[in-house]
Amino acid sequence: MPTETTTPQTPEVQDRAPVPAAPARVNGRWTGYRQLLWVRLLELKREPEIVFWVFGFPLLLSLGLGIAFRNKPVDTTSVAVVAGNDAAKTMTMLRGSSGHSVIHAAVLEREAALKGFHFGKFDLVVEPNADGSYTYYYDPARPESVLSRAEIDAALQAAAGRKDILATSTQASSEPGSRYIDFLIPGLIGMSLMNSGMWGIGFSLVDMRQRKLMKRFVATPMRRSDFLLAVMSSRLVLMVIEVGLLLVFGMLVFHMPVAGSIMSVVVLGSIGAVAFGGVGLLTACRAQKVESVSGLINLVMMPMWIFSGVFFPYEHFPTMAQPFIKVLPLTALNDALRATILEGASLASQSGRLLVLVLWGGLSFLLALRWFRWT
Amino acid sequence: MGSPIECTNLRKTYDGKIEAVRGLSLRIEAGECFGLLGPNGAGKTTTIEILEGVLAATSGEVRIFGHSWDENPRQLREWIGISLQETRLSEKLSVRETIELFASFYREPRPTAHVLEELQLTEKADSWVGKLSGGQKQRLAVATALVGNPRILFLDEPTTGLDPQSRRQLWDIVRAFQKKGGTVLLTTHYMDEAERLCDRLAIVDHGVIIAEGTPPDLIDRLGGHHVVEFETSGSQNGYGLDVWQKLPGVESVRHEDSAVCLNVREPHLTIPALLAAVNQQGQQLEHLSTRQASLEDVFVNLTGRHLRED
Ligand SMILES: Nc1ncnc2c1ncn2[C@@H]1O[C@H](COP(=O)(O)OP(=O)(O)OP(=O)(O)O)[C@@H](O)[C@H]1O
Ligand SMILES: [Mg+2]
Repeated sequence: MPTETTTPQTPEVQDRAPVPAAPARVNGRWTGYRQLLWVRLLELKREPEIVFWVFGFPLLLSLGLGIAFRNKPVDTTSVAVVAGNDAAKTMTMLRGSSGHSVIHAAVLEREAALKGFHFGKFDLVVEPNADGSYTYYYDPARPESVLSRAEIDAALQAAAGRKDILATSTQASSEPGSRYIDFLIPGLIGMSLMNSGMWGIGFSLVDMRQRKLMKRFVATPMRRSDFLLAVMSSRLVLMVIEVGLLLVFGMLVFHMPVAGSIMSVVVLGSIGAVAFGGVGLLTACRAQKVESVSGLINLVMMPMWIFSGVFFPYEHFPTMAQPFIKVLPLTALNDALRATILEGASLASQSGRLLVLVLWGGLSFLLALRWFRWT
Repeated sequence: MGSPIECTNLRKTYDGKIEAVRGLSLRIEAGECFGLLGPNGAGKTTTIEILEGVLAATSGEVRIFGHSWDENPRQLREWIGISLQETRLSEKLSVRETIELFASFYREPRPTAHVLEELQLTEKADSWVGKLSGGQKQRLAVATALVGNPRILFLDEPTTGLDPQSRRQLWDIVRAFQKKGGTVLLTTHYMDEAERLCDRLAIVDHGVIIAEGTPPDLIDRLGGHHVVEFETSGSQNGYGLDVWQKLPGVESVRHEDSAVCLNVREPHLTIPALLAAVNQQGQQLEHLSTRQASLEDVFVNLTGRHLRED
C-alpha cells in the first residue's frame, strides 16, 4: 500500500541533489592521526635545512671534535727554548732524553718564546742562564704547563746525570671506551635529542600557529589529542634515526664500543625525546610569533648546553652547583646514556635519572596542555 | 532541525576594550548564500569565526542547526567547511596531500579526485602548495573546506586579491555547492560579488548590522533605483544640497568630490526639473550622467563613507 512518507519533491529540489555517485569513503578512528604523522614526516623530508641540522650537524660535530682530540696525544708537550747561552746544548740534551718522542722543542728569541707561551702555543719556556742553571716559565693554572715543567725538568736532570733510584714502568691506556670521543658521542646524542625536541616541536608548533594553520585544523573535526600525539610520535621516529646514526657513526669511524644493549639505548632515547618534546611543547604553548619562541627556546637550552656535560664533565663546576646540575633533564639523559652505552649499565640502575626525565616531561606536558593556545 | 546558522545578540570585546562585534543577530536559512558586507575592521572576520566555533564570543548565542557549540562540537564540525581569511597551508605538501590530510579528519569525506576536479585543481594535484598562484591557493583553501562534504560553507573573503576570472571561478564553485543544497556564509568587501552571488546580505559596520535584505531590496529601500550625478560650474555659493533635495523624485543627496549625486526613483521626472533649476541659478552644467544604484550607494548613504578606499 503506497503511503506518503516523503513530501513530493519539486523539480527545483531535485535539481539540488546531484549527490556524487562515487562511494563515499569512511575514515576510521586513527585515519586522521596517521595522516598527520605522515605529512609531518613528509614535510621534514622535504626541508633540507632541517635534515642537515637534525642529522648532519651532530655527525659533523662529533667528527670534528673526535679528530681534533684524537690526533693530539694528550702527553706531548711543546716547549720554547730561549736562544743564546746554552740553547743548542739544551736542545741536544732534550733530544737525547728518554722522553724525546713526546717533547716538541724549538729555539726562539726570548720575546717570541714568551709571546708564543702566552698564546698557548707552548706549554713551557725554558731559559738557559749564563751560570748553567735554568729558569722555567710556566702557568700553574694550565695543567699541560704544569706537566710540561715536570717532564722537561726530569729530562734535563737525567741528561745532566741524575740517576733514577726507583725502577718504574708505564703502560699507556687509550683503549676505545675511555677516550674523549667515547665521552663525547653519548653527550652529542643527548644534546641532539634536546635540540630536535625543542626546535622540532616548539618551533614548528608556533610556526603553525602563526600561519593560522592550527586554527584551521581545530575548525575541522580533527581530534586535538591526535594532533599532539602525531607531533610526539614524529619525534620518536626521528629519535630512532638520530640515535642510530650517531651510534653507528661512532662505532664505525671511532670504533666506539657499545657496552649496553641497543634496546636500553632506544628506551632511553625515547624517554629523552618525549621529555624534551614536553619541554618544547610547554615552551611553545602560548607564543604567537616564531621570533619570540626562538628566544625562549635558546633561553631554556642555554643552561643545559653549558652545565649538562655535553662536551666536558660537569664535575668541573663547583660542588655547590652539582645538585642543580643533576636535576637538569639533559644531565640526567647524558649520564644515563653514558652509563648505558659505555658501562653497560641496566635501565633499572638508571631509575633515578629516568625519574628526573619523566618528571620534566610529564609536568611540562600537563602544564602545556593546560595553557595551550590553538589560535 | 533549526536553521543552519542562527545567532542572537553576539558581542565580542578583545582585550576588554576593543569592541569588534556589538550585538549582532542573524538567521540564515538552508540553501541560502548569505553575505556579510562591510569595510575593513567592521567585525566580519570576528563574527564569522565565532559562528565557526573557533573564537569564543564575549556574550550572545550561536546555534548551528539548532545546536550550540558546547553541545557536541565534533559533530558540528563534521557539518561545516571553512576557509579562514588568512591561512598559510604547508608549502612543501602537494595539493593532493593537503586535501587528503583534511579529508582524513572527517568521518565520510568526498573522494579527493572529485574535489580536485570540481575546483579545477586536477592539473596541479602534484604541485607543491608553495608553487601555486594566488587564485589556485584560494581554490585549494576552498577545496579543504569542501572535502568533508559539509552542509554549511563559511568563506572569509574568498576572492580578495584575485583577478576577475579567478573570482568568477570561485563564484561558480559557491553556486555549485548551493545547488546541491548547501548553505553558504561569506564575507566580502566587493560590491559586485555581494550583489551577484548572495541571496541575502547584511551590511556590517562598527560591529553591528546596519542593513539587511536581498541586494535588490536593499538598493530599493536605501538607495533609490537610479543615481544622477552631475557637476556645475559657476558660483554655487548660497546653494546648499537642499536645493537638489527639493527636486521631484529625489530620495537623497550627497557630494561626491566636486560632483553632486542624487538618488532618485524616477529620473524622467527629476532630470527636467534639475535642468530647469540649474538654468534658473545661472549655472552651467558641466557633466551629467545617470546609472543604476548599487550597493556602494547604499553603503555610502548609510555611513557617509565608501566601502573600499581604492
Ligand atoms: N585578536 C585580536 N585582538 C585584538 N583586536 C582584534 C583582534 N582581531 C580583530 N581585532 C579588532 O577587531 C575589529 C574587527 O576586526 P575583524 O578582523 O573582525 O574585521 P573585518 O571586518 O574582518 O576586517 P577586514 O575586512 O579587514 O578583514 C578591528 O578593529 C580589529 O582591529
Ligand atoms: Mg576580515
